[in-house]
Amino acid sequence: MSFYKQVTSKPWEYQEPGTGTGPEVVFGSESEKIALALFLIVVSVIFSLLTVTYYLRMDIGDWVPLADPSMLWLNTGLLVVSSVLFQYSRTKAQVEENLSAIRLAFFVGGICAMLFVGGQLLVWQQLDGNGLGVASNPSSAFFYLLTGMHAVHLIGGLWVWSKTSFRLFSTTEVSQSRLSIELCTTYWHFLLVLWVLLFAVLANT
Amino acid sequence: MAYVPLADQDHDQEHHDPHTFITKYVWSQDHKVIAIQYAGTAIFVGLVALGLSAMMRLQLGFPDTFSLIDPSSYYQAVTMHGMIMVVYLLTALFMGGFGNYLIPLMCGARDMVFPYLNMLSFWFYLLSVLILLSSFFVTGGPTGAGWTLYPPQTITPGTPGHETGILLMLISLAVFIVAFTMGGLNYITTVLQYRTRGLTMMRLPLTVWGIFTATALALFAFPALLVSAIMMTFDLLLGTSFFMPAIMAAGEQLDYNGGSPILFQHLFWFFGHPEVYIVALPAFGLVSDVLSTHARKNIFGYRMMVWAIIAIGGLSFVVWAHHMYVSGMNPYFGFFFATTTLIIAVPTALKVYNWVLTLWEGDIRLNTPMLFAIGFVFTFIHGGLTGLFLGNVVIDLPLSDTYFVVAHFHMVMGVSPVLVVFAAIYHWYPKMTGKMMNETLGKMHFWCTFLGTYAIYLPMHYLGFLGVPRRYYAMGSTDFIPESAQALNANITLAALFVAVTQILFFINVFWSLKNGKPSGGNPWGATTLEWQTPDTPPKHGNWGHDLPVVHRWAYDYSVPGYPQDFIPQNVAGDFGVSDDHDHDDAPAKHA
Repeated sequence: MSFYKQVTSKPWEYQEPGTGTGPEVVFGSESEKIALALFLIVVSVIFSLLTVTYYLRMDIGDWVPLADPSMLWLNTGLLVVSSVLFQYSRTKAQVEENLSAIRLAFFVGGICAMLFVGGQLLVWQQLDGNGLGVASNPSSAFFYLLTGMHAVHLIGGLWVWSKTSFRLFSTTEVSQSRLSIELCTTYWHFLLVLWVLLFAVLANT
Repeated sequence: MAYVPLADQDHDQEHHDPHTFITKYVWSQDHKVIAIQYAGTAIFVGLVALGLSAMMRLQLGFPDTFSLIDPSSYYQAVTMHGMIMVVYLLTALFMGGFGNYLIPLMCGARDMVFPYLNMLSFWFYLLSVLILLSSFFVTGGPTGAGWTLYPPQTITPGTPGHETGILLMLISLAVFIVAFTMGGLNYITTVLQYRTRGLTMMRLPLTVWGIFTATALALFAFPALLVSAIMMTFDLLLGTSFFMPAIMAAGEQLDYNGGSPILFQHLFWFFGHPEVYIVALPAFGLVSDVLSTHARKNIFGYRMMVWAIIAIGGLSFVVWAHHMYVSGMNPYFGFFFATTTLIIAVPTALKVYNWVLTLWEGDIRLNTPMLFAIGFVFTFIHGGLTGLFLGNVVIDLPLSDTYFVVAHFHMVMGVSPVLVVFAAIYHWYPKMTGKMMNETLGKMHFWCTFLGTYAIYLPMHYLGFLGVPRRYYAMGSTDFIPESAQALNANITLAALFVAVTQILFFINVFWSLKNGKPSGGNPWGATTLEWQTPDTPPKHGNWGHDLPVVHRWAYDYSVPGYPQDFIPQNVAGDFGVSDDHDHDDAPAKHA
């Protein structure tokens, strides 16, 4: 029953409960996926607010646009590769075949994400070395803030990735890790899209 | 027929049964234990905030007699009192306390969907409270910037706690938000996915609807506070200028330039206004169930109540700038927010009418929880009406910095939710402990609290009309404030101290009844909702014994004509003719 149908039903009328055996659910998918979706909404709100403040702050006179380091393109590439590898391991895990390929793709995907974080740190170093420290101008302050917040979320994902990797390598049963791999993959795709959007915002201003 | 066995209960039969004292009471994953941990911590920190308000009142009422606090510590007390009461007491108590205890029980579930995350949520909350309280012991003390933490004065020298106190406040808020997010994801997912068979969304008690919607609000609103806290931390520690303008402080030019304090205000109130409803919506839900149960009537206009909760939730995101009329905004902007503010009064008033109509011709039992619930209807109408004054720009401008505002928000989001907290504790205490609370003590507690709070806040409206400014440590000698205002202030202080002291009655009752209270049995109030139908009272780990309940009806079958009892629990099967009259939005509650 759709949510709209539910909230417009007449609950005081007597109705026998359905014949199913499980609990009443609004969404027919795993609870973990619903919780992740909710969390992604929360993260979206955080970054939307940051972006809004970015544009509002820009209108105040002292804004000096930042020339974005070209290394960001390389980092973006790393994150794309990471996402592709996660997707590969997810697809393979769903049909539960080729354990070693799943392991390899999932593991290397995480490494690529680590390299992305490392690359972002290098970009920070470059900027700081060029006299564009965090307090030098609001544009650079926002650059550090936005990239930093994104990296923090990726690091949080890497913590889950490390736990999943550990399980994936210590058992031969893919099914035990299938859900974790799916959740990680969704999260990674989300962070990739988020990064592309942030990059677009940063590069065009 | 009380329970219908459920063939397959695999979905949550994985018991993480606690075996040792530590896993049962400390690192517990049981929602009921976590609820009590949350509630205990929240009430403790609330008492700290109550103590702070007593100090402030002594200063305001008798400025020349007591020298307990100096101007700096007065501002620190104001700040900590506000922040603790709003975030660390009320938000935590309604969500972490009542939400944790009641959601799984009312949904007929064995626990939350993610018990481990639920446990982490509490420990992060406790950590945030400890970080906050630690600011009392650092050099410079806690921040005295006001609970709204407006820059630039949060950071500028001269504000108490501008070095360490403010940093601890910001860190504590960030940790609190992390804690809340873990809990909030749990509450929402549990309501969406763990309702027992037959319990459709529209059969949920309004308590669950209130907490569910408030949780959704909090998940969307707290990010604004998180973002502003992080950006302010940047300004504080790294010298950025997100919010800090070029400014002189203590004769020196500070190293900031171009930041926008108004930007902070927008972010803060984008969180801050929904926060009002994060506190109010659970209170609305709880009070609906208490009123309906003790009036022995179905809640009037159940569907309207649900829709109103959702409407208020949505609208609460488009009214925030009514807190900022004095910030010099564009008049059209103010006009927009005044309009939305008046619109949000519509679903809110609808709820008030429905509470009153629920009482209409009810078989009212004037016991302690009911008294507190009816008291809430009074204080909420009162605080709500002054909100209509302040929602209008032209009336708000002269009143904004006066005691009228203090009176308004204490009535509407201080006293009202706290009365509901008491109503709910008196109402659900028998389920939590298996004992009844003492009625005589309870009624004494109610009348002292209810009349006492009126003695505090009603005169404050008059102070506001006189133009007595809020936030001032001492009034000094001013021409426009007559002597009588000070006399009124002294009386307010006496009333405040009286109310604070009489809360002891409540604590005596809670602890005395634990041992000496009458055994309550499983369902002392004759209530319909699932938490009163558990096989054990207090419910054991897993809540439901072997079989989950199956729900056959909505949560409000009270005084159904033709049925021998004046209530039909949700898990009782059978059509007893209640739905003969389909044409009305509400089932008629005739008396048998």
